[in-house]
Amino acid sequence: MSGTDKNVPAEQTPGTPGAPGNPGAPSIPGATGTPGATGAAGKPTAPSAQGNADKPGKPEKESSASQVVREIMSGSAMISVLAVVVALVIGGILIAITDTRVTTAFGYFFGDPMATLKAIWASISEAYGALWRGATYDPGARTWQGRLGIFETLTFATPLILSGLSVTLAFRVGLFNIGAKGQIILGATFAGVVGFMIELPPGIHLLAVMVAGAIGGALWGGIAGFLKAKTGAHEVIVTIMLNYIAVSLVLYLLKNQLRDPSSSNPISPRMHETAMFPLLLGPNYRLHAGLIVAILAVIVVSWLLNRSTLGFEYRAIGANPRAARTAGMLVSRGYITVMLISGALAGLAGVTQLAGTEKILDADIAGSIGFDAITVALLGRSKPWGTFFAAILFGAFKAGGTSMAINANVSIDIVAVVQSLIVLFIAAPPLIRSIFRIKEARSEGVSA
Amino acid sequence: MAAPNVRCTSRDQYPRRWAKTLKLELRGITKSFGTLVANDHIDLVVESGQIHSLLGENGAGKSTLMNVLYGLYSPSSGQILVDDVPVNFSGPADAMAAGIGMVHQHFMLVPVFTVAENVALGAESTSFGGVLNLAETRRKIREISTQFGFDVDPDALVEDLPVGIQQRVEIIKALVRNSKILILDEPTAVLTPQETDELMDIMGQLKAGGTSIVFISHKLREVKAISDTITVIRRGKVVGSASPDASTTELAELMVGRAVNLTLNKADATPGAETFKINNLTVMNDAGQRLLDDVTLSVSQGEILGIAGVQGNGQTELTEAVLGLHKHVLGSITLDGKELVGKSVRQVLDSGVGFVPEDRQDDGLVGELSIAENLILDLYKSAPYSRAGTLNRAAIAKNAINKVAEFDVRAQSSQDAADTLSGGNQQKVVLARELSRPLKLFIASQPTRGVDVGSIEFLHKRIVAERDAGTPVVIVSTELDEVLELADRIAVLFAGRLMGIVPGKSSRALLGLMMAGLPVAEAQEQMKSQSESGTTEEGAQP
Repeated sequence: MSGTDKNVPAEQTPGTPGAPGNPGAPSIPGATGTPGATGAAGKPTAPSAQGNADKPGKPEKESSASQVVREIMSGSAMISVLAVVVALVIGGILIAITDTRVTTAFGYFFGDPMATLKAIWASISEAYGALWRGATYDPGARTWQGRLGIFETLTFATPLILSGLSVTLAFRVGLFNIGAKGQIILGATFAGVVGFMIELPPGIHLLAVMVAGAIGGALWGGIAGFLKAKTGAHEVIVTIMLNYIAVSLVLYLLKNQLRDPSSSNPISPRMHETAMFPLLLGPNYRLHAGLIVAILAVIVVSWLLNRSTLGFEYRAIGANPRAARTAGMLVSRGYITVMLISGALAGLAGVTQLAGTEKILDADIAGSIGFDAITVALLGRSKPWGTFFAAILFGAFKAGGTSMAINANVSIDIVAVVQSLIVLFIAAPPLIRSIFRIKEARSEGVSA
Repeated sequence: MAAPNVRCTSRDQYPRRWAKTLKLELRGITKSFGTLVANDHIDLVVESGQIHSLLGENGAGKSTLMNVLYGLYSPSSGQILVDDVPVNFSGPADAMAAGIGMVHQHFMLVPVFTVAENVALGAESTSFGGVLNLAETRRKIREISTQFGFDVDPDALVEDLPVGIQQRVEIIKALVRNSKILILDEPTAVLTPQETDELMDIMGQLKAGGTSIVFISHKLREVKAISDTITVIRRGKVVGSASPDASTTELAELMVGRAVNLTLNKADATPGAETFKINNLTVMNDAGQRLLDDVTLSVSQGEILGIAGVQGNGQTELTEAVLGLHKHVLGSITLDGKELVGKSVRQVLDSGVGFVPEDRQDDGLVGELSIAENLILDLYKSAPYSRAGTLNRAAIAKNAINKVAEFDVRAQSSQDAADTLSGGNQQKVVLARELSRPLKLFIASQPTRGVDVGSIEFLHKRIVAERDAGTPVVIVSTELDEVLELADRIAVLFAGRLMGIVPGKSSRALLGLMMAGLPVAEAQEQMKSQSESGTTEEGAQP
């Protein structure tokens, strides 16, 4: 055995579980240590008293998914920022090595090494420059629409903010809501039915569309929450399956009941004007009032989590369902209500997408938003405002990615690679820590 | 359970290898984790053939030191010397080879293996073709077993054995590997008083056979009874050594670092009306096994009922059933005449029940939430902490400041996460929360587990104060000392059944017999016959 401190899991006394750095704060099994609920080792003397091993009626031990989420949430904001930086650096390397100018210059690297470096610099700066200008402000563009990419960024960010909040909220209760996609689709479908099949006065119509969308999403999310609470079915599996069902369901409806009679494609008629979000900056920009809804949602979710008794329950359940239950909270009701709210938020994301940007319902209304929402929530470390800024960043990637592809001739797939790398680095905080040699912030016990 | 006096061992028969003994010396051992110094220049000499006790509170650094000695941690500085020769252990295998064996507090046994298989594990002897050869191991186990009166069957499955015997298997494991020094880490934590006495006997015989023993404990009574030398550790440092003649108060003072009042000054209970009643309570798990079987008891206002028993004999189920955490509950539980069975946890808490769960980290606290938030974990819905669904942060913060001061919770800020607190302070947070509203019943499981001696004194006083205020109090504890200290009456649970209820001043021996499964009448009978035949054990006096 090559003895280091870490190399001893099999023999380590459970008296110091995972806390060698904290001997001043004895954990429960410490010295008086009767094994308690977790101790399989100390078998009770009584032959028939097997109460420790299986506690009936206790909520299940937290799933590994929520452990991952907690690990991510416990990281500092610095980790998120560094993850983006590292992902951009690696993206830059990919841009450079796929650029023919760089590979050509590398051919005579030993003759003129500076040429290679210059080519690399040119390649990366052009690409990221185009990305930045496309996402914010491009003085060289011919039209005003092209110049102010920032509004395009915000347009892309709007559904991401709402769906990101949906994932964030579920995370905080310890649920991994993979079902944003399905909830977006259901929300958009419900909104669409109200939006293009019913005629209502202006204002009321849009409100009705939003309510319908929220209900659609809540319904779809609620199924997962209900199954989790009543049967223990894992929400990850359920929401993934509900995504498939949602896609097929909307396709069926678009081929039959909801289909635009004048089109041969499975798409819906156009939404009534009264059902659509007003454009915020006139017809030249796509930015619509859905952004205001999204910002309001951030404020509401932030209040809900941090200031309301419901949010207090949610945070307690998410961090320790057993203690929450012992304190009289209804854990299963928490799972159901949070999935209803989470689904409603994703449904609203569907509404902004349909009634703000797309205007016509098709089966691909959710696009990649459903899965980007997970990334956004992770990058935002499951905090409402963190999610907001992460969504803006991802909106910028989308807006700038197109400009990068056109102006710098870099494949838009690089953006997808960078986004994936961000997730990778965020999901592995130790990786970032070791790259930047960040000391893990350990809480040190105050000795009694 | 075999009575200790059945064994007879002749000390002349020990084989030669037991005669060779070992002297162990630790010089200036320092072990730090980051900025935290768990062991600070600890010097310790274990003379051969001695029982050396290491006394200290939870978190004083005893276990860290032993893990250094056993090769689990490498020391930051300092030296280990075996027979005056410096050694360097890079893992437990090295320590074992040098003749050091360790019995962990939580056993490292494979439950579905037999005793022999467990003992052979890690040092399996195989015959041709890699076939496991257990005959030799079996022979050794029998040999050791008869030498020391272990009474262990090599072919028994470990999961079928009681905890006390499992512990002996661990000791055999060490002895088979020729350990001359045995480290016992809190060995009595999981034992009944009788099993503890038997273990003490075994330790005495091992010592007579030449094995040195390092005995880690925070129980003063045991340390005094068995040790040759006592070394006291506080906050990672050796603060002194004592002889076993030292008084309990002296030892406690050394351990805590200040004068401690070990005996609780409590007036006799003045029981009022019987407001809390449990009738024919049966609790089953999902498989239909009875974890609690037909228990009937009642508690009066202004009275503390202690519930004693070895861990896992139905205490957890009893308290959880009262709180409404169990699904399969038969019988009735009434508080002030109102039925609690079938009520939700919220309703039970609202009816005036204060509950301290057995496992504070799993059930009592949400570690990620702040101390302030944990102090209102089950009060957040009531005024002044919230109104119309909105938390009142000012009221929560004010409450936290008051409670932290009142219960002397040592925290840098009440906004810190609860899991930054030490175990004792976490427990204070739970008790502060549960005692902070008018109660009609107070139930506490293991109220002082992992809490330092100084804080125990304070927490006990608070519990007695709650009793004196006229609340019926139920204390569940596996520490018999604690039950004896606090309880006005003691109920003993074994295998989910009530063995009987006896007065608070009952003898340790009687309680021990009941904890081992004798109903109160039979236990008293046996006590009587024992005292007649004059073989009363040492622990018979309260």
